[in-house]
Amino acid sequence: MKSEYILTGGKVVDPFRGIDKIMDIGVKDGKIISPSQIPDADKIDVSGKIVAPGFIDMHVHLRQPGNTAAETIATGTMAAAAGGFTAVVAMPNTSPAADTPGTIEYIKRHTARDGVVKVYPCGCMTKGIAGEEMAGIGSLKSAGVVAVSDDGRCIQRHQLMKHIVQYAKSFELPILDHCEEDGLKDKGVMHEGVWSTLLGMQGIPSASEELMVARDIIMARAIDWKIHLQHISCRESVERVRTARKRGIKITAEVTPHHLSLTDERIKKFDTNFKMNPPLRSEDDRRALLEGLADGTITVIATDHAPHTATAKLVEFDYAPFGIIGLETALPVCLTELYHGKILSISDFVAKFTKGPAEILGFSMNGLADGETADITVIDTEAEFTVDADKLRSKARNTPFKGKTFKGKAAATIVDGKIVFNEL
Amino acid sequence: MDNFKWTRKDLLSLYDLEAEEINYILDTAQEFKKVSQRNVKKVPALRGKTVVNFFVEPSTRTRMSFELAEQRLSADIININASSSSLKKGETLIDTARNIEALQADLIVMRHSAPGAQSLIAKNIRCGVLNAGDGAHSHPTQALLDLFTIREKKGSLKGLKVSVIGDILHSRVARSDVWGLIKLGAEVTFAGPATLVPKEFENIGVRVCHNLKDALIDADVVNLLRIQHERQKRGFFPSTNEYAKFFGLNEVSRQYLKPDALIMHPGPINRDVELDSAIADGTQSVILEQVTNGLAVRMAVLFLVAGCVEK
Repeated sequence: MKSEYILTGGKVVDPFRGIDKIMDIGVKDGKIISPSQIPDADKIDVSGKIVAPGFIDMHVHLRQPGNTAAETIATGTMAAAAGGFTAVVAMPNTSPAADTPGTIEYIKRHTARDGVVKVYPCGCMTKGIAGEEMAGIGSLKSAGVVAVSDDGRCIQRHQLMKHIVQYAKSFELPILDHCEEDGLKDKGVMHEGVWSTLLGMQGIPSASEELMVARDIIMARAIDWKIHLQHISCRESVERVRTARKRGIKITAEVTPHHLSLTDERIKKFDTNFKMNPPLRSEDDRRALLEGLADGTITVIATDHAPHTATAKLVEFDYAPFGIIGLETALPVCLTELYHGKILSISDFVAKFTKGPAEILGFSMNGLADGETADITVIDTEAEFTVDADKLRSKARNTPFKGKTFKGKAAATIVDGKIVFNEL
Repeated sequence: MDNFKWTRKDLLSLYDLEAEEINYILDTAQEFKKVSQRNVKKVPALRGKTVVNFFVEPSTRTRMSFELAEQRLSADIININASSSSLKKGETLIDTARNIEALQADLIVMRHSAPGAQSLIAKNIRCGVLNAGDGAHSHPTQALLDLFTIREKKGSLKGLKVSVIGDILHSRVARSDVWGLIKLGAEVTFAGPATLVPKEFENIGVRVCHNLKDALIDADVVNLLRIQHERQKRGFFPSTNEYAKFFGLNEVSRQYLKPDALIMHPGPINRDVELDSAIADGTQSVILEQVTNGLAVRMAVLFLVAGCVEK
C-alpha cells in the first residue's frame, strides 16, 4: 500500500471548513498533507468525483458478540467500507450487552484484529438494557465508549432516565435515545395508519415515539445536556425537535435512509424486509422528515444497520424481528433521494454524515485540513448502482432495496490513509 | 362470463380479485349449491386430489365447512392442527408447508393467527393455498358466502347499503367483506364505538359512524360481528352490557331497521350482546342460510383453484 499519494482533480466538499471546490488532496503516513509537500507522490485521478471527510454512521448493529450468524465486526466493517463509511458507532444491544468495560474491550480487540473501518463502541445506559438499573457509565467511558444508549429499547421510568442524563453529563457522554413508549407500542408490528388498518395488523402509533421525544426534550432542557434522538420517524417528532432547537435546547436528531425513502404502503405484500422499528410511516411523515433535513432540524443521517439471518426473517410478518441492513445502500438511496432529488446541496448532504455526527459525539476534527487524520470518502454522484443482494459484503441480506437501481455511490473509502474500498 | 377463465392457484384475499372473478366464483357456487340438495351429495370433481386442512389457529365452523366441501367434491383429506404440527417443535412455517408439498398434496386450506401467513406459503410452494383466515386480515370464503347470500336474496349488490357493526378493528370478516362489497358496487358503513372502528377505513370509501341509528336507518343489509369478552379486559369498551345497550341490535334499536333489511352474522353469535335472540331467530335473519351457502362457496373455490395447480 502506498504511504503517500495525491487525489487529483476531485471536487472537495468539506463542511467543517465550508469548502466546496476542485482541488487536490495529499495523503502521507495516514494524515492529510498539502500536495505541494509531496510533489513526487503517486497521483490518483478522482476528477468528476466528490472528495469528502470520512463518513460516520453513528447507528450500526455489528451483532458481535452474540449473533455472529447475522453479522460480525469483520463483515459489518467491510460493508461499511463498501458503503463509503470510514467509521461506525456500534450499538450496545449485543449478547451480552455492552454494559461493562469487558465487553467494550472485547469489541476493541476484535476491531483491532478484523475491523476494516473504525468502530466506536457505544455503551448501555442500563444493565442488560433492561431499563431497571444504571450501567457503569463512568467505567464504560474509561473503557472508550463515545456515547451511551439503550437502543432497541427505551427507558420507561422517567426518574431513572433523569438520573442517567445527569450522570452521563458528569462524564460528558452524549445520550443516544430510542424514543418509544411501551404501552402505546404494545404488540405493534407496523405504523398505525391506513395500511395497518387495511392489513389487520397491530399498529405502532406515532404517539408512542412523540411521547418520548417530548420527554427527552424536557430532560435535555431541565438538565442542560445533550440528548440525541435516534431514527425519528414521524412529523410530530420533527416539529417538536425544531421548536426545541430554536429554544437552544441540546437536542439533536437522526433519520434513516429508509424512513426518507419508503412508506408503510410497502408492507402490503407482507415482505418482512420492510419491518423495522420505528416502522415505515406515512407519506406525510416522510415529507416532514425531508423538510426537517432540509431546514437543519435533523443534522444526522444514520442507517440503523440491523442485520438478521434469512431464516429469522423468512417467517410470518408478526414473528419476524425488526430491522434491515443499510450500510451499503445508504449513499445510493440518499444521493438519489436527497441530492438528485434536490432536497440538499452536496455540502449539506456531506454534513449530515460528517459534521453532524462529529458534533454530537464531541469529535474534534477539522475535515480535510492539513494535519488531520486521512479518513476520506470519495463519492461518484452519477454512477448507477443496482442492489444485488448476492454481492453485499454484509453477512445479512435483509434489505428492502433488493434489485432497485439508484444514482450515486461511494467510489473509494480511505481510513488512516489506507484505501480500504476502491472502485476508482 | 362464458369465456371467462379462472387462473389463480391461490385464494388469499378479495383485495386481489377483480369484480369479474368474484362474480365467477358466485356463479360457480350456485351450481355447486345444487349438489347439496340432491340425495347423493357428492360429485367427483376433486377425485384423486389431496387437500390438507392446516389449522394453526383453532376453528370449528370454517373447518367443518371446508372439510364437508372437500368430501362432497371427493377429495382425499388430511387434517393438521397447531397442537399436532411440528411448528410446536420449532419448525418454521415454510418448512412445514414444504413437507406438505413433498407429500404431493394439491391444496392447502390454512388458518393462521398472523396476517399474511398464507401469502408467505403461497409464494414458496407449488400447492394451491386457500386462506381460511389470517389474523384480523382476511377471510375470503366468509366474504364470498356473505356476498352469495346477499345476491341470492337481493338479486344484486349494486347500490345496496350494507352496514357492518361491531368489532371492526379485530375483524377479518369486515376486512374481507369490504373489498367484495365495494368491488360489486355496494355502499359500506362500518359502525361501533371509535375504539373498535378505525376512521382510516374512510380512505377506501367506507362511511364510518359511531351511532347505531345512523348505521341502521337506510341499511339494506346489517351484518353484526361477534363481540369478544377479552376486548373488554383490554379497555375497548367498559362492559358487554354497555356494548349491548348502545351498539347491539336489540328491541330498541330494531325500530330503525327497514322491514326488508337482511340480518347477517358470521357466527358464533353472542346472543343478546351484539344481537338480540329474537332478531337472530326472526324472519329477517339469514344467518343459517349463510352457513348453508358457505358450503357451496367453498366447493366452488376448491374446484376453481385446484384447476390451476401445476401437476
